Amino acid sequence: MSALAAPNEVVTRALLRSVTVPGLDRPAALITLDNGFDHTKPNTFGPAGLTSLDEAITAALAADPAFIAVTGKPYIFCVGADIVGLPQLADRAQALEIGRLGHRVFARLRESTVPTFAFVNGAAMGGGLELALHCHYRTLSGGAAALALPEVSLGLVPGWGGTQLLPNLIGIPAATQVIIQNPLMQNKMLKPKQAAEMGIADVLLEPADFLERSLEWAAGVVRGQVTVTRPEVDKDMWAGVLYFARETLNQRLHGAVPAAYKALDLLETAKDGDFAAGTAAEDEALADLVFSEELRSGLYAFDLVQRRAKRPAGAPDKGLARPVTKVGIVGAGLMASQLALLFARRLQVPVVMTDLDQSRVDKGVGYVHTQIEKAVTKGRMDKGTAAKLYGLVSGTVDKSAFADADFVIEAVFEDLGVKKQVWAELEKIVSPEAVLATNTSSLSITEMAAELEHPERVVGFHFFNPVAVLPLLEIVRGERTDDATLATAFAVGKQLKKSSVLVKDAPAFVVNRLLTRFLGTVFAAVDAGTPLDVANSALDPLGLPMRPLALLQLVGPAVAYHVGGTLHTAYPDRFGVSENLKRIADSGKPIVVDDQVNDEVATLLVVGDQPLTAEQVRQNALDALAQEIRLMLDEGVVAEAQDIDLCMILGAGWPFHLGGVTPYLDRSGTSERVTGKRFLPRGAASLPA
Amino acid sequence: MPREVRDVVFVDGVRTPFGKAGGMYANTRADDLVIRCIRELLRRNPQLPPERVEEVAIAATTQIGDQGLTIGRTAALLAGLPKTVPGFAIDRMCAGAMTAVTTVASGIAMGAYDVAIAGGVEHMGRHPMGEGVDPNPRIIAEKLVDPSALVMGATAENLHDLVPHITKARTDAFALASQQKTAKAYANGKLQDDLVPVAIRDAEGGWGLAGVDEAPRDTSLEKLATLKTPFRPHGKVTAGNAAGLNDGATASLLADEATARELGLPIAMRLVSFGFVGVEPEVMGVGPIPSTEKALRLAGLSIDDIGLFELNEAFAVQVLAFLDHFGIADDDPRVNPWGGAIAIGHPLASSGVRLMTQLARQFAEHPEVRYGVTAMCIGIGMGGTVIWENPHWEGAK
Repeated sequence: MSALAAPNEVVTRALLRSVTVPGLDRPAALITLDNGFDHTKPNTFGPAGLTSLDEAITAALAADPAFIAVTGKPYIFCVGADIVGLPQLADRAQALEIGRLGHRVFARLRESTVPTFAFVNGAAMGGGLELALHCHYRTLSGGAAALALPEVSLGLVPGWGGTQLLPNLIGIPAATQVIIQNPLMQNKMLKPKQAAEMGIADVLLEPADFLERSLEWAAGVVRGQVTVTRPEVDKDMWAGVLYFARETLNQRLHGAVPAAYKALDLLETAKDGDFAAGTAAEDEALADLVFSEELRSGLYAFDLVQRRAKRPAGAPDKGLARPVTKVGIVGAGLMASQLALLFARRLQVPVVMTDLDQSRVDKGVGYVHTQIEKAVTKGRMDKGTAAKLYGLVSGTVDKSAFADADFVIEAVFEDLGVKKQVWAELEKIVSPEAVLATNTSSLSITEMAAELEHPERVVGFHFFNPVAVLPLLEIVRGERTDDATLATAFAVGKQLKKSSVLVKDAPAFVVNRLLTRFLGTVFAAVDAGTPLDVANSALDPLGLPMRPLALLQLVGPAVAYHVGGTLHTAYPDRFGVSENLKRIADSGKPIVVDDQVNDEVATLLVVGDQPLTAEQVRQNALDALAQEIRLMLDEGVVAEAQDIDLCMILGAGWPFHLGGVTPYLDRSGTSERVTGKRFLPRGAASLPA
Repeated sequence: MPREVRDVVFVDGVRTPFGKAGGMYANTRADDLVIRCIRELLRRNPQLPPERVEEVAIAATTQIGDQGLTIGRTAALLAGLPKTVPGFAIDRMCAGAMTAVTTVASGIAMGAYDVAIAGGVEHMGRHPMGEGVDPNPRIIAEKLVDPSALVMGATAENLHDLVPHITKARTDAFALASQQKTAKAYANGKLQDDLVPVAIRDAEGGWGLAGVDEAPRDTSLEKLATLKTPFRPHGKVTAGNAAGLNDGATASLLADEATARELGLPIAMRLVSFGFVGVEPEVMGVGPIPSTEKALRLAGLSIDDIGLFELNEAFAVQVLAFLDHFGIADDDPRVNPWGGAIAIGHPLASSGVRLMTQLARQFAEHPEVRYGVTAMCIGIGMGGTVIWENPHWEGAK
């Protein structure tokens, strides 16, 4: 055990108490998992935590209890293995050992001759849920925040029995969903009701008296008064479901996420129900994955999203932020309307939209109202909130409505002259401190503010489409933007529940600059004569969320062409202008239909006769990314490579297994080859040297 | 608008096990205790649609923190009753739950609603007696009330002065009997069915379950004789012959009798009359004497008609003064047959319903008895009495 000791482990202790339950002739053993902190620091299992559980089980059994039950501290059952400790494991042998330790301890609950119960009172994830799966019976609180086996999202597998127990409990289709599909869908989690319907729990109980009712239910089971029936698992569909799951993975990830494939293999093993063989296979898979680059990148990405995203690097003192009691939105188009809804929902202050004529204003306000109605119809918003929002959002053609707004954001046509004109007009109306924010995707904040009387209150506030979904907000500091304005922008970003990253005023900021550069290399290949299909699938081995042409379609060829133009003007050497992209934009036709390149569009292209191979396209794209990121870091566009990765994960949906992007560029040797050095030290987001 | 007064029945009642202040409920919220009782009442009576509960009255003496926020309403919401069910908080110190019962019973009788929940809670560990009080300086300046009236133990010593024939030995003997009767009742399974187990938790032991009262103790006359008299040097009132400082909650279901029959709810007791009367605050312990006389008068009954008594044992001397007044022996089997607050505990505002719940169970065991009394003394000089009729009375058949 000492070999495994993790020096920084926050130990979740297993507290044992003998409990007299009405109706039983001898006491039950109740084990509470508790790391001594409140719910903001959930229970996890490291080596010392597992040892504590082991000891508690030993002590419980020694008293010959009526049953053994395991539950959590308030709001938290257990959220799984202590992943912070994983990179500290010295070698594969230790990784194997931690897998075996978990198996050995949990197995005691499964093999116990005394009935065992998990009272899942709160969030249960990963190893926490696996512990519950080892118990003979499970009760579940309707108040539990979420249940999940999220391991695959990080680059692991549920290797403490999850892959073997879950499919044999709830069937292979649901198990595949929980173990593979959900983690790869922005780490989707189960609500208690869903989990109970799937059969993960035997009974769903209300949170108000969950523990009392759980003890009573357990006593009923022990006395034989409560009969637990579980549907028989259909073994016939096993192979078919897994075949289909594998095909789906291949189409999406093209082999890029080893954890997902290992999980599939383990689910296959689970069919025969040889638990010993299955758990041994889990140990091996876990040990392999702990020493995989993908896991190290995943852990790095997880930390970025969990911690760095909440404390943006370079943000000024929060105390400088000014209160925002009213928001103005210049424009009433689709983007402006989405912003109006978001600001009203999150800030709960009056939001007024303006546009050039009443019909546009009415359309914008109408859009917001329709969205509110939809939310109510779908049960996602209560009527009281809806009534409040109806009252908060208004529109007018008269910009004097902005006079008492503290924060005005523009979402007008992407043209510097137009935006400067808007700000000049507004400055006569608003107070000198009112923040003027622009949702520009590529124009210079500094230039936009240049002629204003108070340029220090202009800031970039760049959302990603769809605004309600993508969590990233690039907050752009112009040359003269002051700290109070910036602090206000960060405070608003936080209230909007976005993850803000501070960006210097540089063309197209971070995400658009990198995606444009990246797509530029793909289009250069097309222009040179590479078949669209080859170029489009060249990046498949990375397992990106979408192929280049699908991304282009999402962004819109016209927008892409426009942003490309801005970048071409700024950096003509690196950002080309593709006439083919213009042709696609001008055609107005979809470039991808049903995941296939649209031949109608393909015939519009004028191409050369020097096609590249897929490998060449991929290498060009990665080289371009590495070069561009190095330049951005040297220019100080963001504080560190971590911010680039955070932007790519949250704004472009780039995957954890790449660590965003720089860990992959490092581990593939691209950064050193192209820029002469790595972005991150060895071991930070990769295996140690 | 002429109308008839309707008959009110006590359908069911439950309580948490009573804890010692600073004991098993040290980390449990007061409102959670009473919420647990309300949920259990609803659970034990599934034939009652929750929306048919039309009032929730919850008593607490110290209505701040987790006993504040209009606890009847918030406890109803947190117990999962429909939002349409109203609630309110009530306070008459020790008789809080009793007053909750008589108040909703009055509403039922006059037809304002058909079914109501009445209960009480006191977490004396979290809310010691006198927490946050701010007595009006006129009380002392104008000598309106002796300052000792605010210290319940001191009022018990004052009562001893008035009834010198009640010796310390008699109070200790009564206290010992209370402990012994409670121990016997537990052994015979008389008290357990009223109890609602409560999940408890502490940092070192994790979760646990409170299943039995914490206060009852194994004692003897010899041990009782050695206890200190904290309220007066060489006094008579000790921790042994008085109720302790306790945490606990109760809740009961009351209904219009016709509605109870319509819904198929059990009828455990029928309300006959009630009375509350003020006395000298310095000797609040005598309160139940005039309140019982009043309730008897209103009911047209005499003390001889009463077959069972559930008297709150705030202090042994105060129960003995009552018994002496009515000419009842200290060990009369009709009085507190399962012991009382000296053994079980007295979480102030919750106790009234405990008396009723126990009387209801005794009624079921004693069809020869037609009427029973629940009575208690109340701080600042009051007494409260409720007289109940036994629906199982064989004379009715």
